[in-house]
Amino acid sequence: MGAGRPASMAGRSHLRESLVAWSFALPFLLLFLIFMAGPITAALITSFTDLRVTDIRNPLSVDFVGMQNYLDVLGDARFQKAAANTAVFVLVGVPLTMALGLAAAVGLNQQIVRFRTFFRVGFYLPVVTSIVAIAVVWRLLLGTEAGLVNGILAGFGVDGPGWLTDERYALWSIIAMAAWRNLGFLMVIFLAGLQTIPGDLYEAAEVDGANRWQRFRGITLPLMRPTLLFGAVITGIGYVQFFEEVYVMTEGGPLNSTLSLALYAYDQFSFGNYGYTAAIAFILFLAIAMLTLIQFRLFRTET
Amino acid sequence: MSTLAPARNSSSADISTQSHPRGGGSGWWLYVLLGIGILLLVGPFIWMVLGSIKTTGELRQVPPTWLPQNPTLSNYTDLLDRLNFARFFLNSAVVAAAVTAGNVIFCSMLGYALAKLQFPGKRILFAVVLGTLMVPAIVTFMPLFVLVANLNLVNTHAGLILPFLVGAFGVFLMRQFIGGIPDELLDAARVDGAGEHYIFWRIVMPLCGPAIATLTILTFLGSWNSFLWPLVVANTEDMYTLPVAIALFATGQQETNIALLMAGSVVVILPVLIVFILLQRYFTQGIAMTGIK
Repeated sequence: MGAGRPASMAGRSHLRESLVAWSFALPFLLLFLIFMAGPITAALITSFTDLRVTDIRNPLSVDFVGMQNYLDVLGDARFQKAAANTAVFVLVGVPLTMALGLAAAVGLNQQIVRFRTFFRVGFYLPVVTSIVAIAVVWRLLLGTEAGLVNGILAGFGVDGPGWLTDERYALWSIIAMAAWRNLGFLMVIFLAGLQTIPGDLYEAAEVDGANRWQRFRGITLPLMRPTLLFGAVITGIGYVQFFEEVYVMTEGGPLNSTLSLALYAYDQFSFGNYGYTAAIAFILFLAIAMLTLIQFRLFRTET
Repeated sequence: MSTLAPARNSSSADISTQSHPRGGGSGWWLYVLLGIGILLLVGPFIWMVLGSIKTTGELRQVPPTWLPQNPTLSNYTDLLDRLNFARFFLNSAVVAAAVTAGNVIFCSMLGYALAKLQFPGKRILFAVVLGTLMVPAIVTFMPLFVLVANLNLVNTHAGLILPFLVGAFGVFLMRQFIGGIPDELLDAARVDGAGEHYIFWRIVMPLCGPAIATLTILTFLGSWNSFLWPLVVANTEDMYTLPVAIALFATGQQETNIALLMAGSVVVILPVLIVFILLQRYFTQGIAMTGIK
């Protein structure tokens, strides 16, 4: 590969190759333009208009309102609550999920571990399941009276709280569920990263008298930096948009304590406020871009 | 030619088999920790399956039970008879199959062009497509709904399928994989007078088995589990997909019938779990294949 185009290719005109290439790209491009690039552009434009559900058959007839939607969104107390909840969800959920995923990966990467495939499959199980169905099950699992969690706690004489009905606990319960569901994905990524670290590094460190924790801090973490960055970015992008969990488990309650930005946007869509919905969506998009940028700075290799 | 595939495969796949020598120790505590982890992760599934053959009365019992006192399949027959779950299952399957077929074919075609052909605009095209990976679904669903409404496709299978026939991840995966196929092989066919479309369908695609398997599984799964778009587009029960049906029952008319909800969750989750356990290699392989290391 990369040895230059062979002689047989020299006769083929570049134009012909370009046309053939575009014919391969065409079906994708058409669908991509209509259902992806188009809607993204439309969403951006809509966020500056007063489009409502009543204009749906004639979306071009709307009026431009400048930054009004954005100003209204930012001034809405419900938005501020949703933004704060989303920030907590991401700032606590991402590190928590990463720590659990890394712990599982480091554990499974030990040479002594047998049944590695069994453990890996078990840890990964929740990742492949429908969030909606998981949320339904967890809603019952966390039930105040007959939930399994409080049932087990009762066995230890602890009177468990209303995990999803008490505003002090609801968001934390949902963060715990998200970490439970997603740690397996990070475990697989981190395992792949761990296996690129040469074993002799650990042996050398051990000879020098470094203990387990020092080896982890001194070798594993620095060499895992790119993998950790990737995991943080992917998990962050997903967590900023959390929606199904709260839609099914709490509907944003109690007292908006689990209202997420995506659920807030969906609510506004349901009310028919499309311009407003688009403004929320772009604020969310901006949040994702900023978060990604910050993560790249945080994990940037020290030079 | 087919001997190439396994050779490529072994280099990137199964990340679990090799490991490095680490410090000794008996390590029993490691098994204890991993065992607790497994219990916490798998426990809810076991509780769900057991719960699906309990009655709502038993599920409301305090303290909760693990094993069903009077096992019953009536929740499952109720799902079929009263709630038309066969229809939701079929809707989910049809949509997921169509979306998967579209992604495999169209993403592979573009992936081939990006990996093996020269054309102006190639880099920009790839960058733009990859860039959309960062765009949240919440940005596009509203304009998509306006579009689909104007095409009169609300509450149709086409409306559920069309917006997801192509995706950036498939392009990325197929471009990476096809890029690893030796140019010499394609050039040999070109010397013999084969056209690019012949080469793509008859030489490249048959060599892409592992990548296609990964893309098929991940796309099917994504579609099977997708929620926001079907929630918006499917307005009547005959168009519901499984997640929409479950979510709407859980927050609406069947909210108190928790035994039925348990059985419904099993219907959504169990087929996926079985497929995953049988084909688990391809799930993790996808991550290795995209070159994330």
